[in-house]
Amino acid sequence: MRVGVVTFPGTLDDHDAARAVRYAGGQAISLWHGEADLHDVDGVILPGGFSYGDYLRCGAIARFSPIMSAIVPAAERGLPVLGICNGFQVLCESHLLPGALTRNVGLHFLCRDQEIEIVNNQSAWTNDFAANSRITIPLKNGEGSYQCDKKTLDDLERNGRVIARYVGVNPNGSMNAIAGITNEQGNVVGIMPHPEHAIDSLTGPSADGLAFFTSLVKSRV
Amino acid sequence: MARVIVDVVLKDEILDPQGDAISRALPRMGFTFTPTAIRQGKSFILTLERSPDASEMAQIEKAAATLLSNPVIENFTIRVEN
Repeated sequence: MRVGVVTFPGTLDDHDAARAVRYAGGQAISLWHGEADLHDVDGVILPGGFSYGDYLRCGAIARFSPIMSAIVPAAERGLPVLGICNGFQVLCESHLLPGALTRNVGLHFLCRDQEIEIVNNQSAWTNDFAANSRITIPLKNGEGSYQCDKKTLDDLERNGRVIARYVGVNPNGSMNAIAGITNEQGNVVGIMPHPEHAIDSLTGPSADGLAFFTSLVKSRV
Repeated sequence: MARVIVDVVLKDEILDPQGDAISRALPRMGFTFTPTAIRQGKSFILTLERSPDASEMAQIEKAAATLLSNPVIENFTIRVEN
């Protein structure tokens, strides 16, 4: 099981994402933003950070990078893609996922351990979770408020495409406390908090995040 | 020389916490005019050798709709200054 981890200029969490893939039993393959080559991977992770310095809008410039020109059509054909934090923003800018992530309601950059509920455990990246699991993983973002028009929101809710919601106080003003969503086919997932930082209780608040990665790796053994 | 200015502002229905924070700062500074809302946007000023022709304007519009703005959350307007 080969899982690509993309590095854009300004990406921060590619090493943790690669480590999470290895913990899950997969092989992590580094993918470089300037190459339009997926190296025969079975899935792709767009990790967190500040791609291209978050210039213009978060994810806006990454969307037009050579690697995205390979990822977008592959994702549309069913390649599993997980976007975490900045990666979620890139997926929205690329229109692989609907809506957009905007400034947190409180304007502050947030960094804390956050409880979320996995409300869809059918996607390529959440099928190793029990239904309605509550997990605690780090949340760290300045622009994590999920926004979309009402029709899109209704569509997401009606079709079970919200995959995770914040539990307790909505930290950033996301509509319906949305922490993560998936596309219609369930292969593309965007999540604002960081499962890759919570795969071992030695280095994170829990090991709850690991199931995102085992969801993919186990499905393709 | 010509300047093409692309103004990008969040759509009305999208929450603008930055604009709201500016609204709250005004009375603290002693200003007494009271806007019911402030929306923060951004401008892109493109300097060209000469006024863009129709084909160039079409390209600028495409760039505004794809790169300079995100149509999911933002609207844009384009004006030319000679």
